[in-house]
Amino acid sequence: MSALLEAFRMVAATDVLIAILLSSIYGLVVGCLPGLSATMATALLVPITFYLSPIAAIATIIAASSMAIFSGDIPGCLLRIPGTPASAAYTDEAYAMTRKGEAETALGICLWFSALGGIAGTLSLILLAPALAEMALSFSTYEYFWLAFLGLMCATLVARSSPVKAIASMLLGLLFACIGIENPAGTPRFTFGFTDLLGGIEVIPALVGVFAVSEVMRAMVTPEPPPLPPRRFGSILKGQWELTKKYPKQQARGNLVGIIIGVLPGAGADMAAWVSYALSKRFSKEPEKFGTGHPEGLVEAGASNNASLASGWVPSLLFGIPGDTITAIAIGVLYMKGLNPGPTLFTERASSMYALYIIFIIANIIMIPLGIMMIRGATFILRAPRSSVMPVIVLCCAVGTFATGNNLFNVICVAFFGVLGFVMEKNGYPVAALVLGIVMGTMVEQSFVTSLIKSDGSILPFFERPVSAVLAAMTIACLVWPFFVVANRWFAARRRRAVPAQ
Amino acid sequence: MQLSDRISGAFLVALGALAAYGGSRLPPVPGQQIGPNVFPMVVGIGLALCGVMIALGVGRRFEEEAEADLHAHENPIPESERHHGPLYGLRALVPPALLIFYVLVVDKLGFVPTAAIIALVAGKTLGASWRLAVPIAAIAPVLVHLAFYKLLRVPLPAGLLPMPW
Repeated sequence: MSALLEAFRMVAATDVLIAILLSSIYGLVVGCLPGLSATMATALLVPITFYLSPIAAIATIIAASSMAIFSGDIPGCLLRIPGTPASAAYTDEAYAMTRKGEAETALGICLWFSALGGIAGTLSLILLAPALAEMALSFSTYEYFWLAFLGLMCATLVARSSPVKAIASMLLGLLFACIGIENPAGTPRFTFGFTDLLGGIEVIPALVGVFAVSEVMRAMVTPEPPPLPPRRFGSILKGQWELTKKYPKQQARGNLVGIIIGVLPGAGADMAAWVSYALSKRFSKEPEKFGTGHPEGLVEAGASNNASLASGWVPSLLFGIPGDTITAIAIGVLYMKGLNPGPTLFTERASSMYALYIIFIIANIIMIPLGIMMIRGATFILRAPRSSVMPVIVLCCAVGTFATGNNLFNVICVAFFGVLGFVMEKNGYPVAALVLGIVMGTMVEQSFVTSLIKSDGSILPFFERPVSAVLAAMTIACLVWPFFVVANRWFAARRRRAVPAQ
Repeated sequence: MQLSDRISGAFLVALGALAAYGGSRLPPVPGQQIGPNVFPMVVGIGLALCGVMIALGVGRRFEEEAEADLHAHENPIPESERHHGPLYGLRALVPPALLIFYVLVVDKLGFVPTAAIIALVAGKTLGASWRLAVPIAAIAPVLVHLAFYKLLRVPLPAGLLPMPW
């Protein structure tokens, strides 16, 4: 109880409240601009969090990311251009509603169910994390190895691309993580004599490069989105309560799917939205209405992507394994602020964890008034030409990464990862898998090599402990699943060819 | 830059092989079998295997499905926007080039002039009019400097144009 009171005191500090408010506005604006994703918004915030108190730093990340995920729905609804990848799944549906003259309802659904989904995700975080923490206390390096490996495999499975390319991206990320002297023996690896590489590739320049610089590069070679015609909105929240009562099952399913996908390491909000929209269509009583401006799928997917955001923190806080790309950034901030992820976080720093829950709930509640203001202001913000926003982004990339270590080498890294991310994206290599590889490389290697040293080079102990055996089975299932699908299709195609021959 | 799967796959094979070879050359920890060499070798071999599979076109079907899904959700590019000169694609290299430019000259020119040049070039490349690009290049660097130098205390070089704060 005293920890809870302490948490309220921490959140009520002036700097935290200001941080929540400012980063919410920042998240809403950045998420709303097409091409600037929620991950990018968070990555550009990191240099600023260096200078904030621990709770304020976490608050900025939570508030900005939740707002950006909602705000990405706005241009999707009004222009048919998703503001963040997490909105792409139901952009058509929302735009169809706008064309039918129901823009207010569509935006209202996005806002209202995003907030409800976010709160459901927070509740899952509150309930799941401490329960899992107790189990996690008995984990040894074998379990951590499998858990990290499972996280990496999940990231490759859910990537919307060829699983082979996703695994290749992930391995490339692990290879980048090998650079430097941070390895079990402290030997300089792949430094090629450069002193700047001794410390390894830092995560933040890599993230900013892959998510921000490559996005600016893409903007350079794609046409400017059409301007938004000015319009006046009616009441945004009108009719939302009726929809909440009309679609309770869809909403619950959306929340649940979002939570599960969020907890899975590596899979995040965009995946949750795609899966939920597909599920909603699959189980709907009127699937023929989907795509013509039907609120059902919007309710489910809109709730799902925000729910996944909070539950993505579960593996991040417990094991230091990111639940999605946003928490991959957040983990770096947690370490920097002395809140090292791990099961003991929930006993030793209980008040900070309560504060984190409270911030999540506050962020999802103030999302409603701020979101309404944002929807009304969207016509102004979406009229800002891209050529005025992108130059500022380039400046922030340069200064922000310089600020992480007062080191110009980081800026070179950003440029390098920008080009790499751009080329990879063009060729169908998912960049999220690369980033997770870089973030988790050190941890995977440490648990892998420590386990191997303990077992004296034998593979057997990796499967002997019960929990590690289960995790190993899941990981291997993830690894062979694509082959199974390919084989299944091949047989199906052969059977189809065989039938007309008879 | 669109590469064929064969080229990107072959590149991954080469990179994986080099990583595995480089890893195997690392000095071991005396008296222990497992050292810093194991992980790069495992990753390198895995990467090379993936490269072979990509070059052979394994998993291409998944990609086509995802692309078709995405195309259905994206705006079609108008025909008039598709035809550009051969140098159009090189514009993508402007942002990383500007970042390298920043690294090379910021200590000599100072933050504000360098940032102004970057903002101006980026804005013009994106097709801004001079009436928009020049004010942004004049105002944005000063605001960024104010935020990072004054509020966040990042030691940005003063160079030719020191700011009054």
